Amino acid sequence: MNVDVLISYFPRYAEAFLLTLRIGWLGILLSAAIGIVSAFTMYFKLPVLSRIAGAYVEIFRNTPLLVQLFFVYFGMPKLGFAISAETCGIVGIGLLGGSYMSEALRSSLNAVPASQAESAEALGMTHFQAFWLVIFPEALVLSVPAVVANVIFLLKETSVFSAISLMDLMFTAKDLIGLYYDTTEALFMLVVFYIIMLVPVSAAGSVLERKARHKMFGE
Amino acid sequence: MNINGISKKYGDLVVLDNLSLKVKSGEVVVIVGPSGCGKSTLLRCINALEIIDDGEVALDGKAINPHDKKLSKVREKIGMVFQSYELFPHKTILQNLVLAPVRVKKMNRKEAEKEALHLLERVGLLSKKDNYPRQLSGGQKQRVAIVRALMMNPEILLMDEITAALDPEMVREVLEVVLDLAKEGRTMIIVTHELQFAKAAADRMVFIDGGRIIEEGEPKEFFENPKTERLKKFLHSFTYE
Repeated sequence: MNVDVLISYFPRYAEAFLLTLRIGWLGILLSAAIGIVSAFTMYFKLPVLSRIAGAYVEIFRNTPLLVQLFFVYFGMPKLGFAISAETCGIVGIGLLGGSYMSEALRSSLNAVPASQAESAEALGMTHFQAFWLVIFPEALVLSVPAVVANVIFLLKETSVFSAISLMDLMFTAKDLIGLYYDTTEALFMLVVFYIIMLVPVSAAGSVLERKARHKMFGE
Repeated sequence: MNINGISKKYGDLVVLDNLSLKVKSGEVVVIVGPSGCGKSTLLRCINALEIIDDGEVALDGKAINPHDKKLSKVREKIGMVFQSYELFPHKTILQNLVLAPVRVKKMNRKEAEKEALHLLERVGLLSKKDNYPRQLSGGQKQRVAIVRALMMNPEILLMDEITAALDPEMVREVLEVVLDLAKEGRTMIIVTHELQFAKAAADRMVFIDGGRIIEEGEPKEFFENPKTERLKKFLHSFTYE
């Protein structure tokens, strides 16, 4: 492996890294927002809306991100909505992640015993207060492991962005291989940057999980 | 508190059958009866955790309507302690205690904390104020749950088999707190299987079976001279000879 080549590749990877990170995290924020709304509608069994949320979750959990991206990237302009590759990436991660986040949160909400709401309401809290002050915070703590797993999964899923010509890490690696044939160096840098992107998330996730578990179960 | 002819059915099963009970201010009513006789359902119906099919529950002469938007206002006046404590696991003991007073009663947080610390000291748990519920023993948790209900300064306290999940030595520490409240003149409706405790705490005993009140009376008469066969049989089931 040629170190000079690695060094010369560095700026392009760094740029791609920042782009991947930006789109990935914006997509994850969007996914959290979508997931919360979707989980709430299902938890409260809102008529019609909960069905829509259920259908959404099934569709987006059971199709690959690549297919979803193609749909958004090539489909939206046909419907008259021009959309940049970057926005498409954010929306893609947001929609895919939203379905996963929704399920994580919904199962956590259902895991909080009904008696917790009863005891809150017996203290004079309204339905809304019981949910907002007791059920939802408890569910959030319970959902930490699933949410952390989703975040890591979604950051890795960004690797299909190259298909809609976003210059993410994967695109950069393929591009450099195509240009210079330094396959080993290009792939090595790819791995290194993914590790740089994900190890901190994974480590922070473990800390968060431990804290959450400690709070609820004292382990 | 006036419970007037309430009935509750689960499908075909009649749990409460036209049951009436009056509780005066300052009175401690202890309800006993075999499992599944409707004692817990009765308590849950009182603060509308269960919706009654017939009859009326009234507090201070005002009927409690489960569909009323102001139901939560009425529930503020009715404290309830559950068998399984139901403390909020994501909050510390102190946070558990001040949550409802601050959010529901709009009490000043400092004042609420002062009150909470005072009550915690009374039940001997001041040192646990910053612990989480899971760090406490069952008896300690139940004492905190009682304090949590007291924090709302309710007119009446409902206690639903609050020692049923506890080890014998913890039963005592919880019941002593309840006895203390009884002496203080708190109005309480207590469902329990602890007959010795019932004898000590009750102003009036009520025996329920099959969703109806079979017998009620002064504790002394109730235990020493039961009039109905069913109560005799029930009391007898607690003794071994």
